[in-house]
Amino acid sequence: MSVKILVFAEVRNGEIKKAAFEALGVAGKVAGEAGGSVAAVMIGSGIDGLHGELAGYGGTEVFVSDNPVLKDYSPDGYASIIAQVAGEQGHSIIMVPGTAMGKDLGPRVAAKLEAGMVSDCISLEFADGEVVYERPVFGGKAVGKYKQTGGAHIVAGLRPNVFPVPDKDGSTDIAKTDVQLDIAEDKLLAKVTEILKPESEQLDVTEASIVISGGRGMKEPGNFKIIEELAELLQGAVGASRAAVDADWIPHANQVGQTGKVVTPDLYIACGISGAIQHQAGMRSSKYIIAINKDPDAPIFKLADFGIVGDLFEVLPKIKEQIEGLG
Amino acid sequence: MKIAVCAKQVPDSEVKVEIQDGKIQDQDFTYIVNPYDEFAVEEALKIKEAKGDGEVTVFTIGGERAKEAVRTCLAMGADKAVLINDPLLENTDSNGRALALSKAIGNGGYDLVICGKQAIDLDDAQTGIRLAEKLGFAHAGSINKLEWADDYSGFNAHRDIEGGTEVLSASLPAVIVATKGLNEPRYASLRGIMMAKRKPIEEVDAAGLELSEEDLKPKVSQVSVAKPPERKAGITVTGDADETVPQLMDFLKNEAKII
Repeated sequence: MSVKILVFAEVRNGEIKKAAFEALGVAGKVAGEAGGSVAAVMIGSGIDGLHGELAGYGGTEVFVSDNPVLKDYSPDGYASIIAQVAGEQGHSIIMVPGTAMGKDLGPRVAAKLEAGMVSDCISLEFADGEVVYERPVFGGKAVGKYKQTGGAHIVAGLRPNVFPVPDKDGSTDIAKTDVQLDIAEDKLLAKVTEILKPESEQLDVTEASIVISGGRGMKEPGNFKIIEELAELLQGAVGASRAAVDADWIPHANQVGQTGKVVTPDLYIACGISGAIQHQAGMRSSKYIIAINKDPDAPIFKLADFGIVGDLFEVLPKIKEQIEGLG
Repeated sequence: MKIAVCAKQVPDSEVKVEIQDGKIQDQDFTYIVNPYDEFAVEEALKIKEAKGDGEVTVFTIGGERAKEAVRTCLAMGADKAVLINDPLLENTDSNGRALALSKAIGNGGYDLVICGKQAIDLDDAQTGIRLAEKLGFAHAGSINKLEWADDYSGFNAHRDIEGGTEVLSASLPAVIVATKGLNEPRYASLRGIMMAKRKPIEEVDAAGLELSEEDLKPKVSQVSVAKPPERKAGITVTGDADETVPQLMDFLKNEAKII
């Protein structure tokens, strides 16, 4: 079996997302095991020259659609470029990072190609002549293995922060092919017309390597300040449980769990969060989990690598003090 | 405006998952309307109420048991329902499900389809978006706020992105994929529950949608399922913060090697 893999290299604000490099890493691994090649596709406006940054990560070719019409995301516009490239070039596997854009785009690409899709993959292995895709189901209570059973293509969505970014090798050459959008601008069905930024620039929980979350035990919205300060100190993001979001202490964008976001940071610190099964769905695959809770019977302690039974209003300032002491 | 809502019946999020012979055992599950699909039903009802006219039809794929979920949606206020009931759909994938829904919805003159972001059993998060492509409609995914044009010909939809919010503009016909934040789903009133009993549920099978076994053959298939790997047992400490925090710092430095 030989595979031809196409990776969607997402560009936001003129920068290639880290998740794109993670995708190149796992694509290179699968192509190495199965035999085959890796290419990337990049879409945006004024991105000429960015493709060179993908050199040295295992890909040999970049398809670039640089077009003012595609400056901001258009679900059907972006999907049609990817489907067009994959269809014409015969890419058998299309990898789409599980970013906000990637999650929106993957199913539309799959539908255009009449392809199957495995969303939110946490592992891809080549075994017995086939690629096996592994992904959590039932909110992480089980893990399923999937295989392609039809169609000429398959789309794989990749959970962010799971696959390592590969080391860059010495090669600086990567071929570039321009791709034209074959839809007139006024025929695009949907288009992003505005991007709203919060007043203070915040790191998103899905992209942070450290996430510090607060729950019901935070008692009131003002108390999130201590978590924000600690997050800033550790260059992490602020998360929350559903209880804190439903109480309007913190926006839904910060919610970790079944009806919020799924995070896979290196370090997850749960403060005053009991650890209901729905919260676990969003954080149980974090590399290290720290729990701080008054209740020694809180289910979060069953998941925690290190748990502190105690008052978070004493523990958190102390942690902050000690980290500041590290200079 | 004719609005189609896609709703699925799923096991409650509290259920314990037991696995035998590489398959999930489901005999003891309690079933609910998928929580994201409740946002979809609520939004359809809100649009109908705000506009002062319209009809909301619920489309569900499932067997006899799924009628409970359909009745819940009707009790919330949906006008009628279509149950797509065929054994061929049990083993299909999101492609097959979207295909079946597109056949059922496609010729009904619907301008707007509202779906939930994902079903909490398989967590695929594909069907609504695939459905849009199959219908040739625009889609707006993971929407937590909607602003309509005065004549309801189009909308601005808000979705969370990393570190901000994207505003997506589209005209009807469209599929809107709902997530938390869009609304607060209403509870069915007693009157609603009584009325739901008299509302029509039309049943249709694959043949009725002109779909063959070949059409619904899954393009990806689950080959096995297992419990996730257990997390290594951790340490729990109790005591004064002056004692416990230095132990944590030691763990972060020497074990996790994070600071």
